Amino acid sequence: MELMAHLADGFATSLTSLNLLIVVIGVTVGLFIGAMPGLGSVNGVAIILPITFIVPPSSAIILLAAIYYGAMYGGAISSILLGIPGASTAVATTFDGRPMAQKGQAGLALIAAACASFVGGTISVVLFTLFAAPLADVALAFGPAEEFALVLLAFTTFVGLGGDDVLKTLMMICLGLALSTVGLDLISGQPRLIFFDQPGFYSGISFLVLAIGVYGIGEILYTIETQKSAPSVTPAKLTFGELWYGVKELNKHWKTMSFGSILGFFVGMLPAAGATPAALMSYGIAKLMSKTPERFGKGTIEGVIAPETSNNAASTGSLLPMLTLGIPGSPTTALLLGGMVMWGLVPGPMLFIEQPDFVWGLISSLYTANVAAVLVNLALIPLFVWALRMPFTVLCSLVFILCIVGGFAPSQKMHDVWLILGFGVGGYLLRKADYPMAPLVLALVLGPLMEKSFRQTLISEQGNVLAFIERPLSGTFIAISVIFFLLPMLKHVNRWLGRKPSPAE
Amino acid sequence: MTYAITRRIASAALASAVLLAAAPLAAADWKPQKPVEMVIMAGQGGGADRLARLFQSIIQKENLSSMPILPVNKGGGSGAEALRYLKDKSGDDHVIMATLNSYYTTPLRTDIGVNIEEFTPLARMALDTFVLWVNADSDIQTLDDYVAAVKASGGSWKMGGTGTGQEDSLVTAMLETEFGIKVTYVPFKGGGDVAKNLVGGHIDSSVNNPSEALGFYQAGKLRPIAAFTPDRIDVFPDTPTMTELGHELVYWMQRSFVAPSGMSPEAVAYYTEMFEKLNATEEWKTYTQEKALMADFLTGDALQAYFLEERAKHGDLLGAMGEGS
Amino acid sequence: MLTADRVIAAALMVLSAYFMWHATALPIGWNGMTGGPGGGAFPFWLSAIMFVTAGAIIVRSFRIKFDNPDTFFDQETLRAVLVVIGSLVVTITLMPWAGAYIALPLFLLWYLKVFGKHGWTLTLLLTLGTPVFLFFFFEVTLKILLPKGFTEPLFIPLYARFF
Repeated sequence: MELMAHLADGFATSLTSLNLLIVVIGVTVGLFIGAMPGLGSVNGVAIILPITFIVPPSSAIILLAAIYYGAMYGGAISSILLGIPGASTAVATTFDGRPMAQKGQAGLALIAAACASFVGGTISVVLFTLFAAPLADVALAFGPAEEFALVLLAFTTFVGLGGDDVLKTLMMICLGLALSTVGLDLISGQPRLIFFDQPGFYSGISFLVLAIGVYGIGEILYTIETQKSAPSVTPAKLTFGELWYGVKELNKHWKTMSFGSILGFFVGMLPAAGATPAALMSYGIAKLMSKTPERFGKGTIEGVIAPETSNNAASTGSLLPMLTLGIPGSPTTALLLGGMVMWGLVPGPMLFIEQPDFVWGLISSLYTANVAAVLVNLALIPLFVWALRMPFTVLCSLVFILCIVGGFAPSQKMHDVWLILGFGVGGYLLRKADYPMAPLVLALVLGPLMEKSFRQTLISEQGNVLAFIERPLSGTFIAISVIFFLLPMLKHVNRWLGRKPSPAE
Repeated sequence: MTYAITRRIASAALASAVLLAAAPLAAADWKPQKPVEMVIMAGQGGGADRLARLFQSIIQKENLSSMPILPVNKGGGSGAEALRYLKDKSGDDHVIMATLNSYYTTPLRTDIGVNIEEFTPLARMALDTFVLWVNADSDIQTLDDYVAAVKASGGSWKMGGTGTGQEDSLVTAMLETEFGIKVTYVPFKGGGDVAKNLVGGHIDSSVNNPSEALGFYQAGKLRPIAAFTPDRIDVFPDTPTMTELGHELVYWMQRSFVAPSGMSPEAVAYYTEMFEKLNATEEWKTYTQEKALMADFLTGDALQAYFLEERAKHGDLLGAMGEGS
Repeated sequence: MLTADRVIAAALMVLSAYFMWHATALPIGWNGMTGGPGGGAFPFWLSAIMFVTAGAIIVRSFRIKFDNPDTFFDQETLRAVLVVIGSLVVTITLMPWAGAYIALPLFLLWYLKVFGKHGWTLTLLLTLGTPVFLFFFFEVTLKILLPKGFTEPLFIPLYARFF
C-alpha cells in the first residue's frame, strides 16, 4: 500500500502541465536523436544533463526519462527506414524491419515497433515497480562465469541467423570476434592489434563504426546497382486502414510480446548484459517458437515485435542495477549515475530507503514518458514514411552525409570516418559474394564481453574450465545454450527421418 | 648569503621582466573563443569520467567559463590515445585534459612516443584514496586476519581490481611485497564492477576507492580493513591506516588537469583561474567531503614537479612488478 | 562469379594472416595455472580459423561444376560504384583540412547535380540547407563540434552568438 502512495505522489508531480510539456519536448528531441544513425540516448542524456542542474530536480528527472525513452523508440526508426541500426540494441530490428520497408510496409513496421516498444516498456516498468528491491540480489549473483554463459546463450539463440552457407557464416563470426579484440587487452593491460600504429585503434573498433559502414555505406553501394531495375525502397503509403490493421495484427502476438518483455527485463537487469543480447535472444527465441520460422528475415511483423519489446524492456531493466547497486549497465546509465551524484543522491542499496521521493518520481516519470513516446512516435510516422518517398539519389546523398557526420560525432575522430568507408566498401564486396552480415556485427558486439568474462573466470578459478558447468546458474545457461544449439539440428534430423519412408511400407 | 641575495634579486628582476613582457598582451583579458574540448583519459562511466563530468557541470552551473566545456572520452589503450591526441594538439589554446595516474603509468609501460614533461600542467584538483575492502559476511576484521586468510588460501585468494598495470594492481603489488603474500589478481572493467563482484562473493577482496564502495558500505555489505593514507579518512573514522599499523603503504590517485605543450601563457592563466574558482565552490567542497577525496589544490611548476616525482615513483613500482620497460 | 569468390576468399586469407602476425605480439598460448589463454590467444586462433575457412571456400569453389553465368561486376555498375567511392574519399580527405562545412556541401553539389542529374533548385536547397541543419543540430543543440579546418576563424562570431 505504501508503494501505491509513493507512486501516487510521483504521478502528482509528473502530471502537472509544465512537466507534461517537458515530457513531450523531451520525447520528440529524443526520437530525432535516436533516429539519427550514430547518435543515441547517450548523446541526448549528455546534453540534457548539465541543464538538469538548473531546472527543479523533479522536472530534470522527467526530462531525462523522456529523452531516454524517446531515443529508444527512435533507434528502431533508422533500422527500419534506412536499414542502419542507430544503436547496437536495434540491430535485431533491421533483420525484418528493413525487408518490410522494402516491401512497402514501412508504415506497418514502424507502427509495430512503436506499439511493441510501448508494451515492452510498460510491462517492464510494472515489473520494476513491483520487484525492484529484491531483484537487486539476482544481479549480484552474476559473476564472470554467469556473464560468459549468458553471452554464449545469446549467441546460440542466433545460430540459424546466417545464410545457408555454413563456411561463410563461420568466417563472418570469426572476423567479427577478431575485430572485437582490437585495442586493449583488458587482462594484461597491453595494447594489441594496433594496425599501422594508428592511435585511433587504441580504443578498439566500435559497433557503431562497423554498423554504419556495413549497413549504411555498404547498403547504398549495393543498391546503386539494383536501382537500375527496381528501387530499393518501395514508396510507402500510410492509411488509417493500415494503422488499424497493424493494431489488429499486433493483437495476435501477445505471446511473443509478453515473453520478449519479461526476457528483456531480466536480461537488461543484469549488469554488463544489457539490451543488445536481450533483443537478439528475443528474436532468436521468437523464431524458434514460431509456427512459420521460414518467414523470419524476409519481413515478418513478428521479427520486428520480438526485438523491439525486448530492447525497450531491457532499457528499463538496466536502470535497476544503476539505482540499486550503483553499477551502470550502459554508457547512458553511467551518465545518469553521474547526474544523480550531482543532485546529491547516492545510488546504491540505500537509495530506495533514503530517497523514496526520487525513486518513485523516476518510476512514475517512466510511465509518463512511455505513454508520451508512443503517442508522439505514432503521430510522426507519416513524416518518416514520407521521407522515404524522396528520389533515390537524394535519399542516398543525405544518408551518406548522415553516415559521415554520425560516424564522426560519437568519438570525434576522422579515423572512425575512414574506418566506416573501409567497412562500407569491404562489406559491400563481401555481401555481393554472399557473406552474411548480421553474424559479423553481432560477433563484434558480443565478442569483448565473451572474452573478458571467459578469461576472468579462468583466472579466478586457476584455469579450471569446468568452473563454467559447476556453478549452478552458469551451468543452467550453458545447458540451455546446448539445447538451443542442437534444436535446429534435431528438427532437421526429424524431418529427414519423417521423409524417409520406412521399408516395411 | 650573498649568493641567496643575488638569487633573490635575480628572480625578482626576472619576475618583473616577465610581468612587463606579459602586460601588453593583457593576460586577464584572454577568453576562449570557441568551445573548449575536455579530453578525458578514460572511457565513459568510470570514476575519472564521472569526476570530469562533475567538473564540467559545476563550471557550467557557476558560469566559470565563457564558452562551454565539451567532454570527449579518449580512453583507448589506458589513456594512450588521449596522450597521443594531446601531443598532436600542441599550441592549441582550446584543449584541456582530465588525467589520472595512467598519465604516468601508460607512457612507462608501453612506448607511445609521449613525454609528459612537454605538456603544460594546469591544476591538481584532488587526491583520491584507496582502502582495502572485504565482504561484510567474511570473518576478517583486522589486517592481521586478512594476511592470515590470504596466506592460508595458498595463492587462490581472489583480489579484484581494474586492468593490469593500473592503480589497483599497483596497490595489490605493494601489498604482496609488504606482507610476503601471493594473490590471484582478477582484472575488471571498472571500480564499480569490482565492488559489485565483491558484494556478490565472486572475489575475496578489493582495493576500491571509497567513492566506488561507499553505497555498499553504507548498506552494510562491505567492510573496510585498512586505508592506504597517512591519516584516517573522515568517512571511515574507525578504519585504521596502514601507517598506523606499522606499514608504510600510502598510495593516491591524482585527479588533475593538463594542457598541450605550447599553450599560450594567457590561456594557462585563464584556465588556472577557472579551476581555482572551481576549487572554491560549495558543490566541490561537499562532494570531496562525502566521497572521501582530499581536495589538494596545486598548480604551475609545483604540479609539474609533482608529476615528475610521481613518474619516477611509478617507474620503480612497475619495475618491481617486473613489467616496466 | 567463381573467380570473384576465390579472389575475396584469398583476400580474407591475407587479412587473417596479417591479424595472426599482429596477435603474436602478445602470448597466444594457454597458461595453465594462472588463468587460461594469453592476451593474443583470442585474436590469433580466431584468425587461424578464418584462414582455414577461407582456404576451404577456395577448395570448394574448384569442386563446383557449373558456374553462375552472372558476372560479379558489369562495366556500368563498376563505374558507378567506383565514382561514388572516389567522391567519398575526396570528401573525407577534405574534411579535416577544409572543414565539414565546405567538404559536405561540395559532395552534395556533385552527387545531386552531376551524379543524380537533379535540377538546380533542389540541389541548391539541399546543398545550402544541410550545413545549416548540421550546425544547429550537432553544434548548437548537441554540442558536438565538427571539423572546421582553415574555416575555423569564420565560426568564432557564430560561437559567440550561439553558445
